[in-house]
Amino acid sequence: MADQVTLKIDGDVVSVPAGTLIVDAAKSVSNDIPVFCYHPKLDPVGMCRMCLVEVGTPLRDRESGEPELDEHGDQKINWMPKLQTACTVPVSAGMRVRTATQQVTRARKDVVEFLLTSHPLDCPVCDKGGECPLQNLTMSHGSGESRYLFDEKIQLQKRVPLGELIFLDRERCIQCARCTRFQDELVGEPVIGFDKRGRALQIVTFSEPGFDSHFSGNTTDICPVGALTTADFRFGARPWEMQHTPSICPHCTVGCNTHLNTRRSGMVGGTVIKRVMPRQNEKVNEIWLCDKGRFGHHFAGSSDRLTVPLVRKDGRTIEQSWEHVLPLVAAKLAAADGEVAGIAGERLSNEDLFCFQTLVEGLGGRTMQWPGRMGGGDLVQQVGVGAGTDLAQLGAETVILVVASDLAEEAPLWWFKVRQAATKAGATLNKHPASLVVANARDTKLDRYANHIVRYSYGDEVQTVQALTHAISGDGAGIETGIDAQHNPLLSEVARAIEAAENMIIIYGSEGLDFSGSGALAQACANLLIASGHVGGVGNGLLPVWPSNNTQGAWDMGVRPAGMSVSEFTSGAKVVLLAGADPVGDGESLPEDAFVVISELFKTDTASRADVVLPAQAFVEREGSYTSGDRRVQRFYPALPALGDAMPDWNIFVRLTALLGLGTVPAGAGAVMRQIAADVPRYDGISYERLADVEEQWPHVGGRDSYYGGTAFENSAGLGLQTPTLAEMGHQVQPGNVEPPSVESGEFLVVPITLLYDRGSMLLRSKIMHQRLPEPYIELNVVDAERAGVGAGDRVALRVNGHDWEMATRVSTSPPEGVILFPRSLAGPLLPRTMVASLRKLES
Amino acid sequence: MSEFLLLRHRNIGEEGIAELDEYLRLGGFQAFRKVVTQMSPQQVIDLVKASGLRGRGGAGFPTGIKWSFLSDRFPRYVVANSDESEPGTFKDREIMERNPFQFLEGLMICAYASQAHVAYNYCRGEFWQLVDELQSKVIQLHDHGMLGDRIFGSEFSLQIHHHLGAGAYICGEESALLESIEGKLGQPRLKPPFPADRGLYQQPTVVNNTETLANVPLIIERGAEWYRSIGVEKSCGPKIMCLSGHAKNPGNYEVPLGTTFRELIFDLADGITGDKRLKAILPSGASAPILPATDVVLDTPLTYEDVSLVGSQLGSASIILLDETVDVSWAAMKTTRFFKHESCGKCTPCREGTYWMDRLLHRINNGQGDHEDANLLGEVAKQITGKCLCPLGDFSTSAVISGLELFHDDFTQHVRNGNGSTVELSE
Ligand SMILES: Cc1cc2nc3c(=O)[nH]c(=O)nc-3n(C[C@H](O)[C@H](O)[C@H](O)COP(=O)(O)O)c2cc1C
Ligand code: SF4
Ligand code: SF4
Ligand code: SF4
Ligand code: FES
Repeated sequence: MADQVTLKIDGDVVSVPAGTLIVDAAKSVSNDIPVFCYHPKLDPVGMCRMCLVEVGTPLRDRESGEPELDEHGDQKINWMPKLQTACTVPVSAGMRVRTATQQVTRARKDVVEFLLTSHPLDCPVCDKGGECPLQNLTMSHGSGESRYLFDEKIQLQKRVPLGELIFLDRERCIQCARCTRFQDELVGEPVIGFDKRGRALQIVTFSEPGFDSHFSGNTTDICPVGALTTADFRFGARPWEMQHTPSICPHCTVGCNTHLNTRRSGMVGGTVIKRVMPRQNEKVNEIWLCDKGRFGHHFAGSSDRLTVPLVRKDGRTIEQSWEHVLPLVAAKLAAADGEVAGIAGERLSNEDLFCFQTLVEGLGGRTMQWPGRMGGGDLVQQVGVGAGTDLAQLGAETVILVVASDLAEEAPLWWFKVRQAATKAGATLNKHPASLVVANARDTKLDRYANHIVRYSYGDEVQTVQALTHAISGDGAGIETGIDAQHNPLLSEVARAIEAAENMIIIYGSEGLDFSGSGALAQACANLLIASGHVGGVGNGLLPVWPSNNTQGAWDMGVRPAGMSVSEFTSGAKVVLLAGADPVGDGESLPEDAFVVISELFKTDTASRADVVLPAQAFVEREGSYTSGDRRVQRFYPALPALGDAMPDWNIFVRLTALLGLGTVPAGAGAVMRQIAADVPRYDGISYERLADVEEQWPHVGGRDSYYGGTAFENSAGLGLQTPTLAEMGHQVQPGNVEPPSVESGEFLVVPITLLYDRGSMLLRSKIMHQRLPEPYIELNVVDAERAGVGAGDRVALRVNGHDWEMATRVSTSPPEGVILFPRSLAGPLLPRTMVASLRKLES
Repeated sequence: MSEFLLLRHRNIGEEGIAELDEYLRLGGFQAFRKVVTQMSPQQVIDLVKASGLRGRGGAGFPTGIKWSFLSDRFPRYVVANSDESEPGTFKDREIMERNPFQFLEGLMICAYASQAHVAYNYCRGEFWQLVDELQSKVIQLHDHGMLGDRIFGSEFSLQIHHHLGAGAYICGEESALLESIEGKLGQPRLKPPFPADRGLYQQPTVVNNTETLANVPLIIERGAEWYRSIGVEKSCGPKIMCLSGHAKNPGNYEVPLGTTFRELIFDLADGITGDKRLKAILPSGASAPILPATDVVLDTPLTYEDVSLVGSQLGSASIILLDETVDVSWAAMKTTRFFKHESCGKCTPCREGTYWMDRLLHRINNGQGDHEDANLLGEVAKQITGKCLCPLGDFSTSAVISGLELFHDDFTQHVRNGNGSTVELSE
């Protein structure tokens, strides 16, 4: 803990950690020093000069070093001759700051006046109007009249695309560099910057596509004026016309907290989502969102949603009411004699999954998580990352090991936070970075920040981690490994770092691994954590990079991967009950003679095959909760009215349960959560009320603090609760056996990898993102490409399982030799797992 | 002064010193050899401290003290500031053209004293031909074993690189200069930290003006005592005064610090063109307050202290003379246009304020202003002062504030007459 420093700001005695800037010290006692360029997450630059204050330090006797006193016994203060920028001067002991003198008031007025000389004052048509720091600070500090001749104003371009997602209004920009510093310091992708000088100083982008970053939307939140706007919201609504509903991003396992801003739209004829905004949760997403979370919301309002139950009769599909369709399904389920196969998607809420599991279990049937391609959920329950961990805050005492994951593509905000821990860029009093180890078979974006980069061959993930455990425990008891860390200088160095570290977190993914392989990796990681004593506390434990937002919730609710194909799993089933799962679309088949029931948002391939299709509500229309990879249970709320007859999935299942006489219908989603709390291990004590608890967070954002932290929303709807792990509950968790996966061999190994911007059903329905979604391609190593006579952009035939797929190629040094990287969900061929393949160039 | 120490020091009246052979023949690089082979870095710093040499780039900061401030981290860098962008300054160019080796020797001694192995010479973009010359001279020094590895068989090695600016006045400001070398947009950094702690690539760095460095070999050769004997107590040594404007004989005058304005203007430069009356003096280009040509001012010695006592700055000593025909509001419009054009745009008061002053001065000079405009101009200027991130913002108000104070009529006459000249507005 840094030393505390005491100073006096106007009348207030303030005590803050050494290194704190005057502006933040003042904020801590609700003294709002106005700022434009300063942002509490960024290094100060002192550019805008809005925060000028009077600063003095105690006069000290030259000889004794003691403070000098005046005749009243008060400390003599040496006031600095010039006003100082409160955003750049750190506090010191005995410092005095005056923020309310005539001189300071005058300076604020002067700076606002200067800014307005070149400002277009087009607030009536500006997206920021109503939540604009410049507007607000002008009202509180500016002069009432204008001395600058309007005719002499500069006129500049008002619609400059920085790519197709973010637009710049050059007239409105006040050159505060918040946007460029965000990209530079916090993302490490300086794809926008300043050009020219003086009044001509302007923001430009040099990247192709423009503003090429997964985090671009955040700059529009911290831009203190309406200079940066998103293509999604631009001229879409005024801030005060919109409803604000707290929600959770459904796109990945991070579980970023959001606000859905909705408004009635004459054009659409109903209420629509106008924009998705970050909601502050410092331990999760701070005040940020990735662009997928911000712009990828259009699937919910898509026009091809299902709105009425459908039943197939004599080869025709007919619309039916719930009153008809539910008894029909109940009868089929009752008649199945327990031969019910339930397949539920990892995206469903906890409430849905719990009620699904209860129903199928009550019938004596079996359930399966879909796609369920990653293992280790049970280990996360045992040795998951300690509750209260904030990845970004981890420092020198911590080793972070990231294995088998391309974090930037799979969990953007975790990548952001891990980068933060490893660089300590931006504003932080802790300047001692955590030590980062990145282990993967290929280059990933995180490598740049790694202290150690461990390269293994696909298939050696588990053995690599085991080798580390071996090197640490020394005896190697029970550990068979093909890799010898003792004689591998890099692995020994990593092992030493782990031994020396007070804390350790392992973030594991499933790249190159199937369900059992990733399960084995999880076990190997758990063993390493146990062997090195890194479980059960803050900053320690296992963090899974799940493929979906609520995979952990599915594990917790008892809906687990089956570890077999869907045809194997459903074989012999009389009824197949699916929820939010599309195995047919992914090339799997269902038994010909089974009765197939599905609840879904869209008419998927599986829905087309089904006998009964039940329209489900999207998460934006209902209540519920998700559990993120760090086991944080978080609530979301209804933002839009229900669509047609659609029902929340959980409601469908409890009605069926009741019709079958297996239970009663709970009063609402909150009541389902009470049942979860009663029945699900480690969920006891969780309730909707407690999930809505908040505590004060730093920095202040939103509302009247938008000038300070930006327009991210203050969190008044809940920070969520993390379920405890067995290790945290004091259990001695024992290491388990590990079965390293076997690797196939062939000319090439095709390894599916995950891209953030894929062509999955959610992003495809967000037109705004289309230009960023790549065409299906494969990526191979330069050496392999040369050998195969293939160049970048060539079309090739990829032969897998006796089938030829035509694909475009990219060539780079990232994939290892003999490996073809295959981005999944680009609407290309369906390769669910690592497979062997051969390659042939197609003549153009 | 009979001897020209900076411009033609070793070879009074003769050319040829810009050639290495001649420079060596006259004892050149003996100082460098001496420090590398016989002195510790600390001894060099102490000697320069004792000499009382002060920076010639404008601020007059004691050079030896600057060198002693370097943080205890390596690598370190030294940078010669040859940006020479102040209007009316043309001394560094002449040093580099006519006595290049004395400057390079000074830079090399500075590097030795700073324990830096890489030195940069940052030159304004217009000096590209000069840089070609200097670069070939650097190669010559390599060939003579005075640059490169293990110089004179010692542990010391040194490389000199040249870097050309792209035409921005602000890149003469040391931290913007460092940004520019790093390939970034030329904007000043926040201080602290100062370059001595976090300079080029965040490493400890000395930045000195070209003229400052050209003094250094003299001090090593002839000692601190001798150096102090030139000039006056707090401002000692020779100084090149760049005289321009309405001087009969404009040009560079190397004189001891402490020479008066009158001696320089009337004795050395033969007075004012057309023998008109001298109205005002801009003692430091566009950056410092205008001085009225009173007897008090004319008898003021050209030292850092004395010029500031009469209300201005010696700065880089680019002395521009304005005769009685000059309208000071026109002159202020010219300096303001310069600063508006050169403001880097990083901070609000300078970026917006210079633009606003420029508009007001155009209005005034075009006879389109009203009585309030001169007052407003003064207020805007004062509104800028003391609020900026770097000194350029304050520089931009110097001529305006002092001009309004001393020559208020020059501003208001346009309003009265309503005609004025028509001045094109520049973007
Ligand atoms: C706006 C501005 C422009 C400057 N331009 C120059 C310049 O062209 N040449 C120069 O030597 N110093 C210039 N300086 C001063 C430098 O920042 C720095 O103080 C100087 O190079 C230090 O060298 P010295 O100690 O040898 O004088 C400028 C300063 C400011 C604020
Ligand atoms: S675009 Fe916005 S954030 Fe970026 S510099 Fe301009 S005002 Fe600041
Ligand atoms: S990081 Fe994940 S949870 Fe957060 S906004 Fe992006 S997709 Fe959503
Ligand atoms: S005072 Fe002018 S030149 Fe200096 S930082 Fe500010 S805008 Fe740039
Ligand atoms: S200078 Fe302090 S907030 Fe901009």
